[in-house]
Amino acid sequence: MAIWVQEDSKLIIQGITGSQGSFHGEKMVEYGTNLVGGVTPGKGGQTVELAGTEFPVFNTMMEAIEQTDADASVIYVPPPFAAAAIMEAADAFDKIKGEGVIVCITEGIPTLDMVKAVAYVNERSGIRLIGPNCPGIITPGDNGGCKIGIMPGHIHAKGRIGVVSKSGTLTYEAVAQTMSIGEGQSTCIGIGGDPVNGTGFIDCLSAFEADPQTVAVVMIGEIGGTAEEDASEWAAVNMSKPIVGFVAGSTAPPGKRMGHAGAIISGGKGTAAEKFAAFEAAGIHIARDPSEIGAVLKLALEESGLL
Amino acid sequence: MNIHEYQGKELFRSAGVKVQEGVHCKSIEEALAAYDSLDSKVVAVKSQIHAGGRGKGNLYCPDSGDLLMEGGVKIAFSRDEVETYSENILGHILVTKQTGPAGKLVSNIYVEAGCEIAHEYYLALLVDREAKKVLIMASTEGGMDIEEVAESTPEAIHKIWVDSSTGLLESQKNELGTALGLLGAALEDFLSMIGSLYNLFLSNDCAMVEINPLVRTKSDEIVALDAKVGFDENASFRHKEWEDMRDLSEEEPTETRANEAGLSYVKLDGDIGCLVNGAGLAMATMDVIKLYGGEPANFLDIGGGADEAKVQEAFEIILEDPNVKGILVNIFGGIQRCDIVAKAVLAVSENMGLEVPLVIRLSGTMFEEGRAIIDASDLDCTSVETLAEGAEAIVGLIGGGK
Repeated sequence: MAIWVQEDSKLIIQGITGSQGSFHGEKMVEYGTNLVGGVTPGKGGQTVELAGTEFPVFNTMMEAIEQTDADASVIYVPPPFAAAAIMEAADAFDKIKGEGVIVCITEGIPTLDMVKAVAYVNERSGIRLIGPNCPGIITPGDNGGCKIGIMPGHIHAKGRIGVVSKSGTLTYEAVAQTMSIGEGQSTCIGIGGDPVNGTGFIDCLSAFEADPQTVAVVMIGEIGGTAEEDASEWAAVNMSKPIVGFVAGSTAPPGKRMGHAGAIISGGKGTAAEKFAAFEAAGIHIARDPSEIGAVLKLALEESGLL
Repeated sequence: MNIHEYQGKELFRSAGVKVQEGVHCKSIEEALAAYDSLDSKVVAVKSQIHAGGRGKGNLYCPDSGDLLMEGGVKIAFSRDEVETYSENILGHILVTKQTGPAGKLVSNIYVEAGCEIAHEYYLALLVDREAKKVLIMASTEGGMDIEEVAESTPEAIHKIWVDSSTGLLESQKNELGTALGLLGAALEDFLSMIGSLYNLFLSNDCAMVEINPLVRTKSDEIVALDAKVGFDENASFRHKEWEDMRDLSEEEPTETRANEAGLSYVKLDGDIGCLVNGAGLAMATMDVIKLYGGEPANFLDIGGGADEAKVQEAFEIILEDPNVKGILVNIFGGIQRCDIVAKAVLAVSENMGLEVPLVIRLSGTMFEEGRAIIDASDLDCTSVETLAEGAEAIVGLIGGGK
């Protein structure tokens, strides 16, 4: 089953004619993603060639969804215009289909733009926003699969482990760790490292809990905010499937932004120690070193009678 | 990005948030002239640094380390006192709870007219990450450390979350003003102030505005006696005016340079330099070095899709830190190609010479090509497959570890 995007989900690229949009568009098509077209205002009617196939370009998301019946969109639009792109997609999916998944890869969107965009998305109950500032979402398939974002497709394989992470490269690390013990992934989601984002840990855990393909979850947090603590509290009550958790930033100094806009310990809050403690209290299996995620996951699967 | 109090008050003034008359000064002469120009014969002489706790901080002589004065914010009742206080502040080191023991050199002061305070309040606007809304916090316990108030009397802090589609409602302003116990003219003044402040927060893309204290004067006016303002750097593309407000002396020069090169760098106290792609992995790399008994010298994220020049720049920044005794390169290529990192490493060792041990972990996109480039060269380095192996190796090579 996987969650939110299926192997054959139809995808639109917002910003398809830009350098990021076309570069990653090609990679997604090569992976096997069912790309159905793209949007660049003012370039409607043109086509873009990606990996040997021509894809139609539309002026608006309304037009694109009407013509292609897309299920999802991915945004590679520069920061000044990204929040507007999110709202355009949310409005179009809502009006035409009543549902849709929007994946925003863009890094560097002003926080107050995201406050507005997230509120806009939340007013439309069928719409899910993933990101921004994230690697995207991937559901590996039997042949290829659905890759929406910038992650290297080849490291993944279809399987039964769900992965959710605030960080990009650390997600790849987690995926490699599942592979090291011979486990594939149901769906991997990068929720992004910005202070204000769409989908959060609890949304992902809840979907993995309900997904028959997923038997266990790897969850990667990082310093800043209290999303990990909130997710732990939720998981303690609502998750029957085992979770393996890691938090990046145990050595981060307070008051310093560690690359991601949201990765900052402020007023003594948001430390890795607090997050690890919350994981432990919720019965989440802890890896203190990302290279141990595989081994800890293996133990967790054994304990639950899954190996 | 943070700005000084005097700059924050300039913003307040133009937005219609009441502040006292005040003058930004860089010398004792300017401070005295400021005193002469102000109507008030009681003034506050305030150290300007980007850190809180100034009032309770201490000033030290940078050369001798001698304590010069207790308190970085002083009330002066005469021209002579203005002179003494300015002399003790300017060119000296202010150490507060937030600066760390090294403190900060003070090059700016703000001389501000005094006022007759009836009550001190606390007010802050920030983005609540969990609620995903602008949060306004207010407390009747002004002048105190808000974290202490939150700890001891959380009920004294009132919170309002603003829905971005409706904006700040009159009813919410009233609720907050009433919760602070304001009445009559003071309440009216507060309602107008809070509306102006919320608009200022939005139009300036603030990350945080904190006023501690906000005061009610004896004539029932609401005045911001402090102004701590931080901007959201992601919005800098639409705020060219921020460039003029930036005080580079408040920033670590290497961090500024890295920033300009599109790298994310934070200097730390250890001796193992790290070069990593991705913020999460860069933090995890530091954590694992520590787990193996080493101390990271820096956080460094080269981002996605860095070219050779950018990776070389990153190397140079790491090598300029005299504490660095060894380097761990940790790449899990997604967008980033491992062969590009490998070529950059070779170029750096040829151009600059590498005198410290180097451990390289390449994984992900084009890792075989990357490793082949390293293996075929005569570069003196240790190539490993996992982060844990890398951390163990570099800690061992510099003779540390448990």
